[in-house]
Amino acid sequence: MSKLGRRRFLVYSSATVATSMLLKACAGGNETTSDTEDGIKVGILHSLSGTMAISETTVVDAEMLAIDEINADGGVLGKKIIPVKEDGASDWPTFAEKAAKLIDKDQVVTVFGCWTSASRKAVLPVFESKQHMLWYPVQYEGQECSNNIFYTGAAPNQQIEPAVDWLLENKGKSFFLVGSDYVFPRTANTIIKEQLKAKGGKTVGEDYLPLGDTEVTAIITKIKAALPNGGVIFNSLNGDSNVAFFKQMQGAGLTPDKYPVMSVSIAEEEVRQIGTEYLKDHYAAWNYFQTVESPANEKFVKAFKAKYGEDRVTNDPMEAAYIMVYLWKQAVEAAGTTDIEAVRKAAVGQEFDAPEGMVKMTPNHHISKTVRIGQVREDGLFDIVSATKVPVAPIPWNQYVPETKGYACDWTDPNKGGKYKKA
Amino acid sequence: MSALIEGLFNGISIGSVLLIAALGLAIVFGLMGVINLAHGELMMLGGYTTYVVQNVFKPWGEPWFSCYILVSIPIAFIVAAIAGIILERGVIRFLYGRPLETLLATWGVSLILRQLVRSVNWLLVICIGVFCLLFFGGMRLLSRRPDWERIRNLVIAILLPMSTAIAVVTGFLLSQIPALTKAWFSARNVDVTAPSWLRGGVKVLSFQMPYARLFIIALTIICLIAVYWFLNRSTWGLRIRAVTQNRAMSSCLGIPTAKVDALTFAIGSGLAGVAGCAVSLLGSVGPNTGQNYIVDTFMVVVVGGVGNLFGTILAALGIGIINYLIGSGTLALMASSVESLKPLVDVLLFFATSSMAKVMVFALIISFLQVKPAGLFPQKGRTAEL
Amino acid sequence: MNNKIKKQKKRQKIIETGIVIGLVIIFAVILPIVLPGFRLRLLGRILSLSIVALGIDLIWGYTGLLSLGHGIFFALGGYALAMHLKLQIPEGQLPEFFTLYGVKELPGFWHPFYSFPITIVALIVIPGIVAGLLGYLVFRNRIKGVYFSIITQAALLVFFNFFNGQQKLINGTNGLKTDTETIFGMLAGSDSVQKIFYIITVIILVAVYYFCRWLTSGRFGRLLVAIRDDETRVRFSGYNPTGYKVLVFGISGAIAGIAGALYTVQTGIITPKFMEVPFSIEMVIWVAVGGRATLIGAIIGTLLVRLAQTFLSESLPEVWLFFQGALFLIVVTVLPDGIVGWWRTWAWEKLSYMLGLKERIVTYPSLEENPETKQEREQLSDR
Repeated sequence: MSKLGRRRFLVYSSATVATSMLLKACAGGNETTSDTEDGIKVGILHSLSGTMAISETTVVDAEMLAIDEINADGGVLGKKIIPVKEDGASDWPTFAEKAAKLIDKDQVVTVFGCWTSASRKAVLPVFESKQHMLWYPVQYEGQECSNNIFYTGAAPNQQIEPAVDWLLENKGKSFFLVGSDYVFPRTANTIIKEQLKAKGGKTVGEDYLPLGDTEVTAIITKIKAALPNGGVIFNSLNGDSNVAFFKQMQGAGLTPDKYPVMSVSIAEEEVRQIGTEYLKDHYAAWNYFQTVESPANEKFVKAFKAKYGEDRVTNDPMEAAYIMVYLWKQAVEAAGTTDIEAVRKAAVGQEFDAPEGMVKMTPNHHISKTVRIGQVREDGLFDIVSATKVPVAPIPWNQYVPETKGYACDWTDPNKGGKYKKA
Repeated sequence: MSALIEGLFNGISIGSVLLIAALGLAIVFGLMGVINLAHGELMMLGGYTTYVVQNVFKPWGEPWFSCYILVSIPIAFIVAAIAGIILERGVIRFLYGRPLETLLATWGVSLILRQLVRSVNWLLVICIGVFCLLFFGGMRLLSRRPDWERIRNLVIAILLPMSTAIAVVTGFLLSQIPALTKAWFSARNVDVTAPSWLRGGVKVLSFQMPYARLFIIALTIICLIAVYWFLNRSTWGLRIRAVTQNRAMSSCLGIPTAKVDALTFAIGSGLAGVAGCAVSLLGSVGPNTGQNYIVDTFMVVVVGGVGNLFGTILAALGIGIINYLIGSGTLALMASSVESLKPLVDVLLFFATSSMAKVMVFALIISFLQVKPAGLFPQKGRTAEL
Repeated sequence: MNNKIKKQKKRQKIIETGIVIGLVIIFAVILPIVLPGFRLRLLGRILSLSIVALGIDLIWGYTGLLSLGHGIFFALGGYALAMHLKLQIPEGQLPEFFTLYGVKELPGFWHPFYSFPITIVALIVIPGIVAGLLGYLVFRNRIKGVYFSIITQAALLVFFNFFNGQQKLINGTNGLKTDTETIFGMLAGSDSVQKIFYIITVIILVAVYYFCRWLTSGRFGRLLVAIRDDETRVRFSGYNPTGYKVLVFGISGAIAGIAGALYTVQTGIITPKFMEVPFSIEMVIWVAVGGRATLIGAIIGTLLVRLAQTFLSESLPEVWLFFQGALFLIVVTVLPDGIVGWWRTWAWEKLSYMLGLKERIVTYPSLEENPETKQEREQLSDR
C-alpha cells in the first residue's frame, strides 16, 4: 500500500504541475502593439512551402533585401522595420487565415505579400473588412482595384497588351493561346482575344493545361493543326508546365523562327531552370530585366548578389517587390506616421527611382511602369528588343473587354472610388 | 494517312509514359497486393538521380556528357530499388494482408520523401546518420544479451529519445556551419537537359517524331522484355511466381519468402526509378513530380487487371490513345465528318481541352469498370477483392 | 444481477450526457468569449472538419470502406452554400465574376440557389445523392477494399478537374468568396456572424455525433460491422450488403456536405483546392489518429491533428510534412486503434490502477469485470 501511495502521489503531483504549467502558458503571450519603442512591424505573407514556394521565396528574398537596406540606412521614422514572416503554404484559405493573424495578433502596420491571383482574391476580403493595407508585387490580370491594395506589378496594359501589339507589328496576325488552367491565364486570354478582335488579329485556338501536368502532346498537335505555316504562340503557362512545353516544342520541330513564343510568366529565374537550349530566341514581356542599363539597377543587382550569392539572378517580380517596400517607406515618411489611413493617402503620388526606371504611384493604386520586350540569349539573360520611352500609366479596368470598357478607378476622389464610369 | 500515323504515334507515346510508370506498380500491386502510394515518389527519386548524374558528367565535356542518360538509367534503378528495399523491410513487411493500412503508411512515406528532397542538406544527412548509428547500433549490441526479449521494450524506450536528442543536439551545434545547411535541391524544381542527340526529332511524312519520345518508347519496350524474361525465365522469377500463388507452400518447399518479397518490391521500385529517369526528359523534376502520375498509373493497373502484364500494356496504350484523341480534338473532328454523330460533336468539343480530357477519360474508366469490374484480364475464379 | 447492470449503464449514460453538456458549454459559450476572433474562426473550421471526420468514421471505422474521395462531397456542400451567398444581390444582377468571362445569363443550375431553404436541403441532399450514386456504381459490382479507394480517388480527380476548368460556370480555380457577401442582410465575414456560425457548428457537431451514435448502436450498426468483418458471410445470411453500403456511403457524403458548407463560410472562400488528393487522404488520418469505430475518436483526432498543424506550420513550416508523414506511419504500425482505442484498452487501465481506483487486472477486462466473477471472488475470499 505504501508503494501504491507513493505512486499515487507521483501521478497526482505531476498532474498538478503539468496543469499549472499549461495554465501559465495559456495565460502568457501578451498582445504586442505594432509601433513599439524599438521597431515597426510589417507582415510578409508568401508561400514558403508548397508548389508556389519556388517562386514566392525569391520575392521574399527581395523584400528582405529592401528591408535590410532601409534598416541599415537608419530605418523608417528613426525606427527599425521588423518583418513578421508567415507561410501561406500555397493554399488560398491559409492565406486568408494568416492575413487575419498578421493583422489581429501581430498588429502589423502593412503587409507585403501574395503571388497568385487566387491568393490575392482570398485575402482581399480580410484586408477590406479590417481596412488594412496589402502591397502586391506581381503582374496580374487586372479587373480589380481595391482601396486596400497597392499593386506594384504590371496591369494588363503594362505587359500583356503591349506584348500583343508588338507581336502584331513584328511577328504575325495569327495567335494560339496556351495557358495553365487557372485564373490569370484565363482572364489574360479573354483580354487578348478582345484585343485581337479590335486590332485585326486572329485567335486560331486556345488550350489550358492542368497545373503540374507535363503531357503537352495534345496541345502541340492542336498548334500544328491551327497554325500549319507558323504563327505566334502566346504563353501564360505556369512554372513547371513551361519546362514540358518548351522541351516538347523543340522535339516536335516547332522552332522560334516559325513559331515564336511570347511568354508572360518566364523571367530570368525560370529561363535558368528550363534551360537556354530550349528557350533561346523566344520572347518574354516584362517591365524589368536584369539586363536593364541604369545605375539604380546596377546597384540593385550588386546588392542582391552580395546578399544571396553570385549565382542568383534578379527578375521582374523581385524588382517589383523591392520597390514596393521603398514606396511604402516613402509614404510613411511623407505621412510622418504609420497610421494606415494617412499612409494610404500619402502613398499616391510617391515617385521612386527604381531599377526599371522611374515609377510613380497613381490614384488607382497601381504604378506607372516602363514596358519591355526581351529575347532570350545564350547566357540565359534577355536582350531587350523593345522598350517604351516613358513609363506607361496603369489601367486596371480593361478597355478591350466590353463589360469594363469606359470604367476607371480613382481613390483620391471620394466620389469616384474603385469603379466609376469615365465621362 | 499522315494524321492517322501522327495520332497513333502520339497516343502510343503518351501511353508508353503511362506504361513505364505503371510497370513497377503492376509488379508490386499485381504480384504482392501492395498498394504503394509512394510509387510516384520513387519515380521522383529516379528523376533526381538523373539530375545528379547529369551534373557529375557536365564538367567532363562533350563525348561523355552525351551519354550521361545511359549511365543514369541503371543508377536510377539502383537508387530507387534501395529505397524500395528500405521501405519494404522497414514498413511494408509488417503490414502484409492489410492493404488499407499499407495504403496509408505508404502515403506517409510519400509525404516524408517529398519533404526530404526539399530540405535535404548535409546537416540533415549527418543527423539521420548519427541517429541511425546510435539507435540501430545500440539495438544491435544489446540484442546479443540473453535476456533481450525481456528488456526490449525498455531498451527502445530509452534508446529512441536518447538517440533523437543526441542527433538534434548535433544538428543544432553543426547548424552554425553554412556549408552544411545549404539545401541540395531546395523546393525549386530541378531540370534535366537532354543530351543533344535526344533533342529535335526525325521527320516522318509531314510531322516530326521527337527523339525523346522515341527513346522513351524504346526504353519501355526494353523494360517490358526484361521484366517478362525475369519473371518467366529466371530462377528468382520462378520463386516470385510461386510465392504469389501459394505463400505457405512455397515456404515449406524452402523458398525464402522474405527475400522474395524484398526482391519483388525492389524490382518494382527500381522500375519506378527508370520511369522517373524517362519522364525527366519530358518535364522538370520536383518534389511534386510523383503526384502527377500516381492516380493515372493506378488506373492503368486497375483497368488492365491486376497481376496481368499484358493487360497493363493494353490499358496503358488504350488510355494514352483515348486521352490524346479527346484532348487534341481529333475525336470531335472525326465525329463531325460523320452525319449520324453530329449531336456528339458539341459534347466532344466541350471535352477537347487538356484538362477536360482528363475528366472524360476518368469518367470512361469508371464506366468501363461497370462492365468489367476486375479489369480487362481478371484473375480467374475471384472477384476483385483484396 | 440484470438490474445492477442496467443501473450501471444508466449511471454511465448520465455521466456521459453531463460531460457532453459540459463540453458544449465550454465550446459554445466560454471559448467565444475568451478567444480572439481569428482563433475562434480557426477552431470553428476545425470543428466543422471533425464533422466530416465523423462521416468517415462511419464508413471506414464501422463499414470498412476507405474513401479517398470525401473532398468531393465536402466541396459540393461548400459550393451549394457559397452559390446561395453569391446570389444575395439585387434582382437581375449577376455575381460580379461572371462579367470577367463575358457571361450574360445566369447558368441554369444556379437558379434554385436563390432560395435559402432549397440551398439548405441541397447542401445535404446533393452530396448524399452523388455519394450514393458513386457508391451504387461501385458496390453493385462488388468492388471493394483498395479498389474502392482507388476509384474514389479517380472520381475526386474528375470533379477537381471539372470544377477547376469551368470558369464560366463556377469561377474555376478562383472559387467563390463568401466573406463579402451578405446572409440575412448581415455581412458573412463580420465577427458577429462568424460567432453565430461557430455556435451553429458546435450544435451540428453534437447533433451529428448523436445521430452517428444512434445509427451505429442498433441493428443497422451491427450490420455495418458485420459487413466490415466478413461481407461474404453477411451475404450468405440472406442480407444484401450493397443496399446498406450505398446507404451508409450516402449518409457519410451528406454529412461531409454539411461540414463543407460550415467550413466554407468560416473560411470565407471555396475553391476546387478542397478537392485535391492530399486533403481527402488527410481526412482519413484524423480518424485514424483518434481511433477507428469510436466516433468520439474522430473528433479528438481532428482537433489534435489540425491544431498541431496550425502551430507547427506557424513555427516550423518545414517540419510539418515530416510530422504528418510520421503520423501516418505511427498510427498504422504502433497505434492501430488510435488514441481513444489505446486509452480504452491500455492507458485507462494502467492509470486507474496507479491512482488506486481499481484492482490490477490479471486477465481480460470482460472476464474480470463480470459481476459473476466478482461475486465468485468475494465468496472465495470470504472463505
